[in-house]
Amino acid sequence: MLSDKEVKHIAGLARIKISEKEEKSLKKDLSSILEYIDKLNEVDTTGIEPLYQTTGLVDSFRTDEPRGEFKMDENLNEKLIGQAPASEKRFIKIKSVFSRK
Amino acid sequence: MNFKNFMNLGYTIKDIKDGLAKGHFTAEEIFKRYSDKIKTKNKKLNAYLSVFDSGVARVGTPKARNDNEHLWGDEGQAHAMDLQGVPCAIKDAILIEGSISTAGSKILENYISAYDATVIKNLKKAGATFLGKTNMDEFAMGTSTENSAFGPTKNPHDLNRVPGGSSGGSAAAVAADLCVFALGSDTGGSVRQPASMCGIVGLKPTYGRVSRHGLIAMASSLDQIGPLTKNVYDSALVLNVIAGHDSFDSTTVPSVVPDYTANLDKDIKELRVGIPKEFFGKGLDPEVEEKIKETISKLENMGANIIEISLPNFEHALAVYYIINPCEISSNLARFDGIRYGYSTKNAETLLETYLESRSEGLGAEPKRRIILGTYALSSGYYDAFYLKAQKVRALIKKDFDDAFKKVDIIVGPTAPHAAFKIGEKVSDPLALYLEDIYTVPVNLVGLPGISIPCGKGRNSNMPIGFQLIGQPFDEETILRVSYQLEQALK
Repeated sequence: MLSDKEVKHIAGLARIKISEKEEKSLKKDLSSILEYIDKLNEVDTTGIEPLYQTTGLVDSFRTDEPRGEFKMDENLNEKLIGQAPASEKRFIKIKSVFSRK
Repeated sequence: MNFKNFMNLGYTIKDIKDGLAKGHFTAEEIFKRYSDKIKTKNKKLNAYLSVFDSGVARVGTPKARNDNEHLWGDEGQAHAMDLQGVPCAIKDAILIEGSISTAGSKILENYISAYDATVIKNLKKAGATFLGKTNMDEFAMGTSTENSAFGPTKNPHDLNRVPGGSSGGSAAAVAADLCVFALGSDTGGSVRQPASMCGIVGLKPTYGRVSRHGLIAMASSLDQIGPLTKNVYDSALVLNVIAGHDSFDSTTVPSVVPDYTANLDKDIKELRVGIPKEFFGKGLDPEVEEKIKETISKLENMGANIIEISLPNFEHALAVYYIINPCEISSNLARFDGIRYGYSTKNAETLLETYLESRSEGLGAEPKRRIILGTYALSSGYYDAFYLKAQKVRALIKKDFDDAFKKVDIIVGPTAPHAAFKIGEKVSDPLALYLEDIYTVPVNLVGLPGISIPCGKGRNSNMPIGFQLIGQPFDEETILRVSYQLEQALK
């Protein structure tokens, strides 16, 4: 059901690199799952509104006041970016967004 | 029907509180007893991924009792001290500040939680102690805990069999008395199904009843945290502590949390119990069907009115789930990109490669499968045919339940189509593993509360079978009440 090209394209969209072997097994697994899911086309849903969430809650707001859960100190810095693989002072270091070629 | 306790489940929450009150042991002693037991038994079971040296969480001021005893908790809070000194296990998708949370994945193998989940804050205020974090299918994707990046967990009833999933570690820990209670998360059955396979009680609250803040997200419209316990009373007690509105989770409802332990003995005569005829189709193992029907007869003998109902769109629920679930997963797992935390590749030259390689190297096969399926279903040209269509059929499934609840008060049936299968038996067929959730996913899709209680052992497999009770939104009280009385009747 899914072509090799489609699997490659979607993996790219999902930012996951897949090997040849993975591509083969993904194609097989996804095709059988999609076949199963295809049954849904038999169901008549004319005039039905989609159900995205079940609580029925709308506009769950809170007052615009600080909750005081975090103190703005050095420890907070460590908690928030201390686990970044590369950092410098208070900044996270990443590879260049724009290529220099 | 004779139902004997086939496993020595050890201490219940009430046992711990009685023991502490009578001075039979201190909180530290009971914590050490469980810690020592974990040291000897966990290697065989692989229920825990990490253990804590000292699980005694201090909140508020310690209050000295009986000279030697120090108990913790925050007395000013509602349900404070309800779980004083009671040691628990926490699924590794729930954050405890300062400790590692892996979500069963290599991509978070060394991730140190930056804050406490709201349920953890609540447990700390109630004086509970923490033994460690339990094994799970990677990012909660699975029905057997075989998808964990850290090896499968074994079912304490038979070490060659799975404990169910994705909260398999938590279920095994409770069933093997390696903790007094545990927390798990349930997106499509991941608390109820392992509870069923391990012969213990597992509750999934109504969507919106318990905060998801601090739960590593899988599918945001379906996830709920729930207790795994040795009996129904303990389940109600833990629910009291973890339930409630949370300003950190805008999907929690502002309604008051009742005392779920208050009306467990209230009469169930004339209660209308619905049996969906669609639950007894092909795919249901005869040994499971036998136990379920026996349990339904028991309910009838207890005075309940058994009413046959129909859920016409039940056959589509699994397909709906396996569109919505991967779609929401593909969005929630986008954050694991090797930039801010978690595993990051050393093989990248460009930013794009950082993403591609980190995710490829850090994520397991099932997460990749679901992310790609979800990305496909949400992509331009397919969104209407898949995601939108699934959400419309979801509305039809909800309508089926709404109609049924006009005629009945609760709905019952099997939790899982069979008892625990052998490790490795289904792992090469993803679809076969998905089918394990057939009776549990409709409950998540509609956001209803559901509980699984043990109802005996299968005559062929000799493994535990679970009986599922499904309630109306925010009516955990009724399913807890019926389960509690059924549990007594099944002894």
